Amino acid sequence: MTAVTAETQQPDLQEAKGWRRTKNRIMTTLMIISFVVVLIPLAFVLFTVIAKGASVISWQFLTGQPIPPITLPANVGGMWPAVLGTIEITALATVIAVPLGILGAVYLNEYGGRNWLAALISFMSDVMTGVPSIVMGLFIFSIWVLHFGFSGLAGAFALGCLMLPIVIRSSYEMLRLVPNSLREGSYALGATKARVTVTVVLPAAIGGIVSGALLAVARAAGETAPLLFTILTVTTANPNVFSGATTSLPSQIFANANQPYTGAQDRGWGSALTLVAICFILMIVARLVTARFARYSR
Amino acid sequence: VSTITQVDPAAPAGSTHPLQQRRPLGDRTFAIIALASGLLVLVILVLIAVTTSQQASSWFSAEGWKIFTNNWNPAANQFGALSFIYGTAITSLIAIIMAVPVSIGIALLLTEVVPYRWSRPIVYVVDLLAVVPSVVWGLWGILVFAPWLNHIYAHIGSAVTGIPVLGNLFGPPTSGASFFTAGIILAFMITPIVTSLSREVIATVPAIDKEGAYALGATRWEMITGAVWPHSQGGVVGAVLLGLGRAMGETIAVALVIGSSPTITSHLFAPGYNMAAVIANQFGEASGTFRAALMGIGVLLFVFTIIINVIARGIVERSARRKRGA
Repeated sequence: MTAVTAETQQPDLQEAKGWRRTKNRIMTTLMIISFVVVLIPLAFVLFTVIAKGASVISWQFLTGQPIPPITLPANVGGMWPAVLGTIEITALATVIAVPLGILGAVYLNEYGGRNWLAALISFMSDVMTGVPSIVMGLFIFSIWVLHFGFSGLAGAFALGCLMLPIVIRSSYEMLRLVPNSLREGSYALGATKARVTVTVVLPAAIGGIVSGALLAVARAAGETAPLLFTILTVTTANPNVFSGATTSLPSQIFANANQPYTGAQDRGWGSALTLVAICFILMIVARLVTARFARYSR
Repeated sequence: VSTITQVDPAAPAGSTHPLQQRRPLGDRTFAIIALASGLLVLVILVLIAVTTSQQASSWFSAEGWKIFTNNWNPAANQFGALSFIYGTAITSLIAIIMAVPVSIGIALLLTEVVPYRWSRPIVYVVDLLAVVPSVVWGLWGILVFAPWLNHIYAHIGSAVTGIPVLGNLFGPPTSGASFFTAGIILAFMITPIVTSLSREVIATVPAIDKEGAYALGATRWEMITGAVWPHSQGGVVGAVLLGLGRAMGETIAVALVIGSSPTITSHLFAPGYNMAAVIANQFGEASGTFRAALMGIGVLLFVFTIIINVIARGIVERSARRKRGA
């Protein structure tokens, strides 16, 4: 009897009714709400940094020096020592970590293949991205600062240790996307493996590699913890990145954040806006590089 | 592709048996340099463990198992680190409890709900949370967010006084800087990584499973619980653990908003301390056993995060391999 009714009945293709539909809608709404929940603090923090920082930032704030004592207002002196320190240390860290990271990725993808060593390095490099940045600072303090003293170079080593696994991972993902036919074509012309890698594989993946490196630089530029015990925090500019204590924008924000004086807090906000601008610009450039130069993508 | 023509075809020639020829010196050198760069990762990890343990050895030998007691008093040469371990556990737990539902929600929104052209902008916006530097979160946290939260804490505190468990957890605050504030800031900071890893895992669910669930008449939510979740729960657990590792290691933002008071209390609105923050705040003026103790807390933090990361990466890799094999 039931079979007869089933034949005559049209299949019900409408949306589920009742509690099932309500539940579906509730859960979808919750997903949208979870995105909105993330937007609120982001908008809140960016709005505050821009609102409080914009009134402080001026040409003199960015290029004047020295950094005045915390009790003085923000229109005295300037943050040039910190701006210079951040540029120097981040640039040096990039010069150290990016080539090593790319070469490491070359080993993993071009030479290691599927052997156990490459698998181990790949796994431990992922684990290394999870090492806390403060531990990197303690590490460079133990191995370098105790013997050679505070310097921008020590800070660059600490930041480089943070960047290395990030660069390895992003470059590795890009190298994997380069089609094998390119390598084989090049081998067929008689090129050695090093030549194939340097003149064919790396140029083919360069867009993605540069973009990943820029994101690593953006991450490193904002780090404070590795710099606290490697560069110290001074108030005068130290153009020599290889010796002597220096300072950076994140270190200055950290030093000023807990102060009760409005001058110190203003300097903190101005430096925060400068730092956020640097990080955002690096990220946007990375996205543009990806969009413009990435020949192979997922 | 034009780059191929740049290869000089004459370079490796010159032998009658080119395939039996020894690889040129430059080629072998390049291979060795690449291998050395790869090995650098392992070398650095070993060196971190060795050098920091050496610097901390006087703490371990002087205190022995007393490093896990709750008496931190540098002036009296007492260096028990339990309150910091407690602070790290409690703040990262708060962060995980708040960040995980939101992250999974966004990951599902991106993979199952919105069309592709909307998902990219959403990913960019969520990633912006990770681009804001830790110290900027801390500056905003201590000067703007904590004072604002303090009002809310005060309301919650007066509402729950006298209620047995809630009263102990959420009593009236002393200031905005507390375990809970640190936990909230950490939640903001780990949301991007948990979201992107969960999204990667969820995106690997085979379309045929999802279509099968829809064909049986499931709603979207029933499809998610029936087809997506069983396939991706392992990977999502890995993503959550990685978020936990991040939360444990985050330093500067926490150092500014946690209140800097080495206490063990169930009171979440009370100021506390954690491992990373005490190193950041006190290492500068420490020496002798005090410095060794802070270095030792760093060693413990390194060990904890390495263990969590190894487990998490193992889980993520295993679920990725299973999906490739299937």
